Amino acid sequence: MDMFKDKKTKNDIILALAVIILAAGAWLGFELMKDDGAFAVVTVNGVETARYPLDTDAEIRLESENGGYNILIIKDGKADVTEASCPDHVCVDQRSIGRTGEAITCLPNKTVITIEGPSDAEVDFVS
Amino acid sequence: MKTKKVATLGLSIALAMIMSYIEVLVPLSFAVPGIKMGLANIVIIFVLYKLGTKEAILVSLIRVILVSLLFSNAMAMAYSIAGAVLSLGVMWLLKKTDKFSVVGVSIAGGVMHNVGQIIMAIILLGTEQIALYLPVLIITGTVTGVVIGIVASIVINRFKNVRIG
Repeated sequence: MDMFKDKKTKNDIILALAVIILAAGAWLGFELMKDDGAFAVVTVNGVETARYPLDTDAEIRLESENGGYNILIIKDGKADVTEASCPDHVCVDQRSIGRTGEAITCLPNKTVITIEGPSDAEVDFVS
Repeated sequence: MKTKKVATLGLSIALAMIMSYIEVLVPLSFAVPGIKMGLANIVIIFVLYKLGTKEAILVSLIRVILVSLLFSNAMAMAYSIAGAVLSLGVMWLLKKTDKFSVVGVSIAGGVMHNVGQIIMAIILLGTEQIALYLPVLIITGTVTGVVIGIVASIVINRFKNVRIG
């Protein structure tokens, strides 16, 4: 009975490891696929309000619809939120972003900052 | 359906709902956005092993519908049902092979719950971008699956000589 149980436990461990290795591999693959971004795109309440090039250092105060604000710093090709009016400061705690698809979200102010590559900008221009 | 079984199923659904409520009260999403412990899965696994597959499907679906109505909205219900169906389906398959213990079954359940929700999100929102988040959820799902599986197997062992339903 004990041997039987051990074999199942062994299978459990194999299953867990296989799943974790697979996920870690996919994660790594996704990370490698990301490119350096070109723009920090600011969206407030689902509407794009501004677009800042990442190659120019800047400090921007983003006003939200509810009267709140987020301070967006662009430095060394990365965007970071360093100060905000929201109570939870999740956006401030998030790490700086600089690669396509990365995002900083501030739910209380309905503000999202996403990184887009140069090609994304062209598509937006055309449409 | 026997009265005792009706009572046991009702009790199980109530317990699963309380587990879900605890998760609403104590969210883990500050660590990794969107993650959950999956406490309700303790009850689902217990029912799957002690009562049967049909009973587990019943408890799982009723729990999802009631919890969505109470604590969230119709959109969340679609995600939860996708997660619950895929999770229970794979757990049933793994249990049937008889090659894994309760912990292995629970890991598969935890991972598949996330996979089901992401698939539903891709269908509803029409963006594959969300899939980028899947590896993180699969890894956290494995970890919570181990914890939940250990708890579930302890509970199942305690009920070894108890006939329910």
